Amino acid sequence: MTSDTPAHQFQEDSAVSTADFEHRQWMQDALHGYENTRGGTEAMFGDFEQARQTAAAIKWEAIENLDTLLGEFADKLEARGTRVFWAGNGKEAVDYILGVCKEHGAKNIIKSKCMTTEEIHLNPALEAAGMQVVESDLGEYIVQLREEPPFHFVFPAMHLKRDRISQIFEEKLGTEPSSDPEELTMIARRVMRQKYCEADIGISGANFAVADSGMISITENEGNARLTTSLPKVHIAVLGIEKVVPKLEDLSVMLQMLGTAGTGQWLTAYNSMIGGPRQPGEVDGPEEFHVVLLDNHRTKLLADPEQRDALRCIRCGACLNVCPIFKNIGGHNYGTTYQGPIGSVITPHLRGLQSYKHLSFSSSLCGACSETCPVKIDLHHHLMRNRRNAVQEKGGKMERWMFGQFAKVMTHPKRYRGSEGLMRFGAKLWLPFKGRKLDPLKAWTASRDLPAPAPKSFMKQWQAQEREQEEGKS
Amino acid sequence: MSGREEILGRVREALSVPSHAGVKAVSGEGVRDVRKARGFLPDGGATPEARLKKFRKLAAKLKAEVEVLPDLAAAGAFLADLAKTEGWRQIASHRNDLTNSVLTSLKVPILWTDDEPGTADLEQVEAGVTSCEALIAQTGSVFVTGKGCGGRALSVLPPHHVVIATLDQLLPDMLAAFDLLRERYGDNPPSFVSFITGASRTGDIERILVLGAHGPKRLTILIVGN
Ligand code: SF4
Repeated sequence: MTSDTPAHQFQEDSAVSTADFEHRQWMQDALHGYENTRGGTEAMFGDFEQARQTAAAIKWEAIENLDTLLGEFADKLEARGTRVFWAGNGKEAVDYILGVCKEHGAKNIIKSKCMTTEEIHLNPALEAAGMQVVESDLGEYIVQLREEPPFHFVFPAMHLKRDRISQIFEEKLGTEPSSDPEELTMIARRVMRQKYCEADIGISGANFAVADSGMISITENEGNARLTTSLPKVHIAVLGIEKVVPKLEDLSVMLQMLGTAGTGQWLTAYNSMIGGPRQPGEVDGPEEFHVVLLDNHRTKLLADPEQRDALRCIRCGACLNVCPIFKNIGGHNYGTTYQGPIGSVITPHLRGLQSYKHLSFSSSLCGACSETCPVKIDLHHHLMRNRRNAVQEKGGKMERWMFGQFAKVMTHPKRYRGSEGLMRFGAKLWLPFKGRKLDPLKAWTASRDLPAPAPKSFMKQWQAQEREQEEGKS
Repeated sequence: MSGREEILGRVREALSVPSHAGVKAVSGEGVRDVRKARGFLPDGGATPEARLKKFRKLAAKLKAEVEVLPDLAAAGAFLADLAKTEGWRQIASHRNDLTNSVLTSLKVPILWTDDEPGTADLEQVEAGVTSCEALIAQTGSVFVTGKGCGGRALSVLPPHHVVIATLDQLLPDMLAAFDLLRERYGDNPPSFVSFITGASRTGDIERILVLGAHGPKRLTILIVGN
């Protein structure tokens, strides 16, 4: 179903997914598994809370000194033969990448997981230019075959059970059906091996940009990013300007925090740092290495002195994993590149507050996200700040009027008592319409019950009791 | 075109407004110090024995195989056995003192990455044998670089990665590995460095662990020394 605004779309889709109990249960079980593993890993730390402080301090220093650190990062890269491109927005980044691909007459592109390229819609642009683009991360590959966006920016295919995966492989690759995850994984492995050998260009993202060494750092489990950045003759890395950390040594903290918060592992299988194309004395590696540094409204978020700490985000996905909203509605309904609490916080800055403010209102403000964030971003307060900004900027007239009326009733005993009778009468009239088309409150009442008003108010009951006692005495 | 100066200008302008007091800044004495943070992270062990014990424990959790062997000859013999049981027809490696002396007696044809074989050939071998820069007790990782360990592809393309290390290469933690990198390569580190922690894995299908998603299905680590 397509709707006129992101907010309506969000409401419609969420109504459907919240009614799907089986899927909700499935998600909750999966995320519960994550919480268990993560708990065990945190226990391996000397002091996880303190490590979290340090991680937050590292990223905070990076954001507060972003100009000098970015300059240093680019200089170091260029000194060793990397081409650095500064992209103000998605279009500039896409155009540059298309240019590099065309210059090399590229036909086959292999990609390893990179949310930044989702953000700038790179794949459709490459395909439109006649190139074949393959996502090599297993989860990404599955959703690519299904022609849908990632469901979760760390676990892209977590919403799919094995039969759905087998089915899409059968349809698109002509393989035999299987219910064995290992067999299904091996199907993808075989396909990918061929793709690696054919690929002209490899495109990756980066988890960190190390300023003092001019290296990008990539965290992964499958080895697909290593192959993507090793085998093709050209490697292009696309990253947001907020990825910076000041020093190489900082990774000794950040990589373990990312692993632990991201998947519950103390470290993922491969954490690789790349500082250039193949250097003299090395036996392999790409001949060309391009780094695309993307702004795309990040400086707008940076300019907000109240919310710029959201740029500390290392995209671990932990806030999604613990979010009661995400657990119930899932990732697709957000309609954003970055789902969950962090997506709700930053998307209004990236795509416009009025179009995406609804995400900040769809929160229970329980604070689980802020509690779990490895770099201590004040997520749930940012949701409140977005709400406030949205109302200050525009609208809220009806709401203000309603609260005004409410205050008038609540602060005058007579009006309050008068309203009681009205409520009781109104409730009877309204009941047949509850949750139906004509019900003005239907968005709320369709799936909720309102307790029936008591036949007699407490005050009336009290008075009656007093009277009885009086009569009893006399 | 925005370009470097324009974007850095935007960054500077944005930062010219100081952060609000309510923003969760992070400050406090020593909070930024990664050397101090060492103590907050998982412990790597204070003695060589403790480190080895920790490394073995984590490797077991990661389903990596660790063999501690008394000398190079024993490592050579172990590899010869492995070659037989696995039926290796061809392996790949790179030349340095350690690999040379362990691989001399091996009867299996070896593709040397020093000779820059093509990807298609390297893809055919049954195992990649490499040295490493260091082993990390804190995380159970093998620390490799493209320059010192046979390139970028050798440790990820073949289905079985065999690491030959010496006991004195076992470092306590990741921070020590970064220190070593600076010491060894100064301002010009290899274009590729990686912490390998277990074999290639995925949980993308129903969170069920499958080894060998794209890279090696098996990781064997031989530690020589006593
Ligand atoms: S906001 Fe924090 S918890 Fe959420 S993805 Fe970013 S770093 Fe992880």
